[in-house]
Amino acid sequence: MSKNLAFEEPVVQLREKIDELKTIATEADVDMTGEIEKLETRLTQLEQSIYANMKPWDRVQVARHPERPTTLQYIEAMCENFIELHGDRTFGDDAAILGGIAFFEGQPITIIGHQRGKSTKENIRRNFGMPHPEGYRKALRLMKQAEKFKRPIICFIDTKGAYPGKAAEERGQSEAIARNLVEMAGLTVPVISIVIGEGGSGGALALGVANRVFMLENSTYSVISPEGAASILWRDGSLAKQAAEAMRITAPDLKELGVIDGIIPEITGGAHRNVAKQALNIKECISDTLKALNCLNGQQLIEDRYEKFKKIGQYTEA
Amino acid sequence: MAIRSLFTKKKEDGQEKGFPEGLMTKCPECRHIQLTKELEKNNKVCSKCDHHFKMTAQERVACFLDEGSFVSMDDHLQTSNPLNFPAYVEKISADQQKTGLNEAVLTGIGTLDGEEIVVAIMDSHFRMGSMGSVVGEKITRAIEKATELRVPFIIFTASGGARMQEGVLSLMQMAKTSVALKRHSDEGLLFISILTHPTTGGVSASFASVGDINIAEPQALIGFAGRRVIEETVREKLPSDFQTAEFLLAHGQLDAIFHRKDLRNQVAVLVKMHTKGGVQHV
Repeated sequence: MSKNLAFEEPVVQLREKIDELKTIATEADVDMTGEIEKLETRLTQLEQSIYANMKPWDRVQVARHPERPTTLQYIEAMCENFIELHGDRTFGDDAAILGGIAFFEGQPITIIGHQRGKSTKENIRRNFGMPHPEGYRKALRLMKQAEKFKRPIICFIDTKGAYPGKAAEERGQSEAIARNLVEMAGLTVPVISIVIGEGGSGGALALGVANRVFMLENSTYSVISPEGAASILWRDGSLAKQAAEAMRITAPDLKELGVIDGIIPEITGGAHRNVAKQALNIKECISDTLKALNCLNGQQLIEDRYEKFKKIGQYTEA
Repeated sequence: MAIRSLFTKKKEDGQEKGFPEGLMTKCPECRHIQLTKELEKNNKVCSKCDHHFKMTAQERVACFLDEGSFVSMDDHLQTSNPLNFPAYVEKISADQQKTGLNEAVLTGIGTLDGEEIVVAIMDSHFRMGSMGSVVGEKITRAIEKATELRVPFIIFTASGGARMQEGVLSLMQMAKTSVALKRHSDEGLLFISILTHPTTGGVSASFASVGDINIAEPQALIGFAGRRVIEETVREKLPSDFQTAEFLLAHGQLDAIFHRKDLRNQVAVLVKMHTKGGVQHV
């Protein structure tokens, strides 16, 4: 897959043209500053119009970009002394979910997140970020540990979904997800969840029962993948693009629906264009949110979470 | 594994002094021969293959805690012979002579990068680190001390399991240490279990496995039943990495494996994450 996405083509072409012109200018030693400047202004405008009018399907592409930063990259950019802790103490260690303790601005926090691979080999080891039950059980173990030591919990959501496999069913995929939802509801420490890529269904929600939920601007969060939805609704997976439009899966959509508390702005063109700067945006959001949540005691945090999720849903009473 | 322990025993008898072989030590894994002094400087890790040699309790104190900070506890407790087991008392006093310890665990208070902690360090050179009444009592008192001082409790385990010569009293030490750990945990205090080679039987089936954080040294043998017993029971050959620290990590039983050169620093960071300034939220 190329680094550039289809909808960005005009920007890419123009940028290439500018680079070409610059090379010619230096080689032939002619002054083309005027032309280059003109084109650069045009590029800025073009970028603005393209990236400001991204369609849901465009965002899906950005969210799935192979170079999109992962949980581990953000942890490394945001925290000090991250120590990864492994295993559910029962069955195994699921590499599709990663967790541990780190210092965040001097405060110890527990960080848990789905972890995709960066290469094919790593993706196979991490099962493309699709967890088995032991992954969710490890996450819960680390959350309980955080609760015991009164550490806030940060969750990064980035999964196509919980893994649909035979072994996963045998070991209780449903139970593992369900248990997390209930137990997260009762945590007496602040919990912040941030969707950084794809938020796929129950597999995402199992790290998502938080006091505050945020999404990166180009991430998605939905009950099912656009392909899956198209296949169920219209028996045709190739209609994914239409499904993406219909299902309201982008950050602005979810904000409007009251499912998330805020949108973390992304670097123009997507988080992968500048990981360090993107991490800074996320860090700022976590820092501000923690300051507010740290003032609440355990019972208040539970009630705060209850109120947050109680509000979600739309209906009329006849 | 069996071969490894044969070699180690020979070498770590503490009686090398005076023998020319004592100057040099052969690694039981890669057979690399190195100066014993160099090996000790390297925290008893083979410079060639990273094999972690067993350590005595005193060596562990020296390489893990802040220099001069350790004050030992309960060195006066003495093992009795509740089942009147033949030659038991003699074996105990022979090991006391050999190791300079009163029993198979050394406990005390010290500091780790400035943070006060209570430690218990099991020593496999003393009756294979097996746990009888005195080991159980010393560990329990150490846990109680940690609870009283409101500080983390850190244990280095190295044990073949329960002490056969004390029968069911040994078994009950598993329960005794556990009730003390529960009280420590309920106070919101940190317990780190560091599993070293070998940690098996009743010790692995009690305090060693229930740390808030379980850490092991590379390649450490950790398990409940012995390999031979299992092979005879299930009548099949077990994989070569069976019951190694790496095997346990893959099966969800450990939080992490730290190389000995990183162990002190990593544990110090973990302790700091759980003590002063660690908790800001109300």
